[in-house]
Amino acid sequence: MSAREEVLAAVRAALVGVVPAPDPPRAPQVRPPRDVVAHFAERVADYRAVVERCARDELEARVAAALAPASTVVVPPGLDLAVAGAVEDAGLAARELEEFEAVVTRARVGIAETGTIVLDHGPGQGRRALTLVPDRHVCVVAAGQVVLDVADALAVLDPRRPQTWVSGPSATSDIELERVEGVHGPRTLHVIVVDDAQPLD
Amino acid sequence: MGGAGVTGTFVGMPTFPVAARRALGDAQLRHNLGQATATIRAKRQRLVEEVDAAVPTSAADPQGLGGWEALRRAGAAVKEAALRSLPEHLERLEAELVANGATVHWARDAAEACSVVAAVARAHGVREVVKVKSMVTQEIGLNEALEAEGVAAWETDLAELIVQLDEDLPSHILVPAIHRNRAEVREIFLRRMKEVGRAAPDGLGDEPAALAAAARSHLREKFLSARMAVSGANFAVAETGTLVVVESEGNGRMCLTLPEVLVSVVGIEKVVPTWEQLDPMLRLLPRSSTGERMNPYTSTWSGTAAGDGPGEVHVVLLDNGRTRALADEVGRQALRCIRCSACLNVCPVYERTGGHAYGSVYPGPIGAILNPLLNGVGHDDQVDSLPYASTLCGACFEVCPVRIDIPSVLVDQRAQVVDAHRGRRRSGEAVVMRLAAATLADEGRLGFAERFTGVGLRAARRGAGWPGLRRWTGARDLPRPPRESFRAWWRRTGGGTR
Repeated sequence: MSAREEVLAAVRAALVGVVPAPDPPRAPQVRPPRDVVAHFAERVADYRAVVERCARDELEARVAAALAPASTVVVPPGLDLAVAGAVEDAGLAARELEEFEAVVTRARVGIAETGTIVLDHGPGQGRRALTLVPDRHVCVVAAGQVVLDVADALAVLDPRRPQTWVSGPSATSDIELERVEGVHGPRTLHVIVVDDAQPLD
Repeated sequence: MGGAGVTGTFVGMPTFPVAARRALGDAQLRHNLGQATATIRAKRQRLVEEVDAAVPTSAADPQGLGGWEALRRAGAAVKEAALRSLPEHLERLEAELVANGATVHWARDAAEACSVVAAVARAHGVREVVKVKSMVTQEIGLNEALEAEGVAAWETDLAELIVQLDEDLPSHILVPAIHRNRAEVREIFLRRMKEVGRAAPDGLGDEPAALAAAARSHLREKFLSARMAVSGANFAVAETGTLVVVESEGNGRMCLTLPEVLVSVVGIEKVVPTWEQLDPMLRLLPRSSTGERMNPYTSTWSGTAAGDGPGEVHVVLLDNGRTRALADEVGRQALRCIRCSACLNVCPVYERTGGHAYGSVYPGPIGAILNPLLNGVGHDDQVDSLPYASTLCGACFEVCPVRIDIPSVLVDQRAQVVDAHRGRRRSGEAVVMRLAAATLADEGRLGFAERFTGVGLRAARRGAGWPGLRRWTGARDLPRPPRESFRAWWRRTGGGTR
């Protein structure tokens, strides 16, 4: 017998006489706060990320200010935002990405309860490596993209697309349990929430 | 590490009582573990209370369980449903993975899984692979197996890197180097990094931030040059063929994204039936594990994606004793485990003896049941000693995010150990238990025996214990003998009335 057949046969043998379990109950959902976008901003800030809110017409200036310390910036195709001096990614090698200090992207969804931004690496978000190698990640989230909790995010996300869920900057507590921000991912996460209703499609 | 038996119990480890006695004498270990477990316990507790407060009592929680209890019941139900219909979910997972462009392999045991990974490395001619922290690859002893094939496997999690550079053993599921202090880590980095890659900078200090920066620069070189990565998975979604890795540092993202080839070793119990059912799991795991609302990075991928990440994706579905555990009616629930380590942090035995005493990559209460369940009992004294590494206080069950009733499984495993040893030379314990049963069953015999209890205890306390009973008395202090028995006291005082 092949390993496949043998493992599956052993699983079936182990479950002889075991009845399937009923469908699991839906997990309990949290009470919506009065202002879900403000809740999102607070929870992102709890991770020692930088968070700010702005109006649509302020966005480009805010992004430029967030990038101020960085001189080399890369952006994904489809960002739909003018970033002065930025290079658009066209399949840069990882070692080339290493030369950039910062990256600007959009996100697919924001989760208020956990302070999470989710990238599904569609237009304006770039492939996965783009938001990983540079040391500063400026992420633009539209207020209309913010949902309450994990279940609401799962409902709008397409599992067939690769995803990266980001909750604050890279961190470790491996040495004496002392928290250090920034090991391998971006050491600075800067989230800008744009107060316009860009609906989730 | 690894090698002995089907799962990685550390080679040559003594039984738990022996190893525990040694660990109790290690002041550094006890101090670090005490501090670490207390800190994580408190962080977790705050979030449990936050969930309780955030879930409305009436609508979402009709039974009035509290938000956290309702959440962990939902999580337990998801994993239980997956396990009870495992064959169909595994076949679905395989079909979806293949449809998404992944190659699926099956492995009966550790050796088979290791040889699949080694074959992929050989096919691509790679001499180095980078690894995401993964319990299952430790369980199967993958690093050693690859080394034997001339392939170097680099751990990229900071704590795993410390352990690997020092050729040490991990002591905690979540923070494997918790037994090392900052000065020791600095010394390890200065001594070892230059031998295996980019050296630690001159004048390296012992601040955790400086040490993390040294690891960042040492490993960045490996991430950028590695052509192949190896990972585990926290969850495998059957209906969509999606693997999920939950991490903090970004080393996982590096491994899952930059190399051309990715091999993920996934225990068959990692299955979650549907994408939506990740809801309770992704809310329970970080809160229970690191005491965070969400871990910094969660990566999901379904096979290959055009122009993004590895072009070649392999998944190894591993049994290695899991079907043995699945067949155990009481122990089956241990396969719900999501490796959060909350049970370690509340265990009074773990807190005092640490992760090495369990002699396995799975320490603590969950290790005390998982190792015997995966390996079977009756053929290794070290494994057989683990179900006894507990006071049965029940704290582990209370915190388990998937409600594994660890105390009940411990008791059942003890019974299985005793049964497995029946038929061998009758142990002193068994003889005494039979004598005790006969004595307690008859009032006359009990009264007769009581007259000698004090004498016997006094004699035993002076000596080194009774011959033939040292395995019992060696781990237990004998009580001070009472002046008179309860029955004698009752007769003398009329039940305390005179």
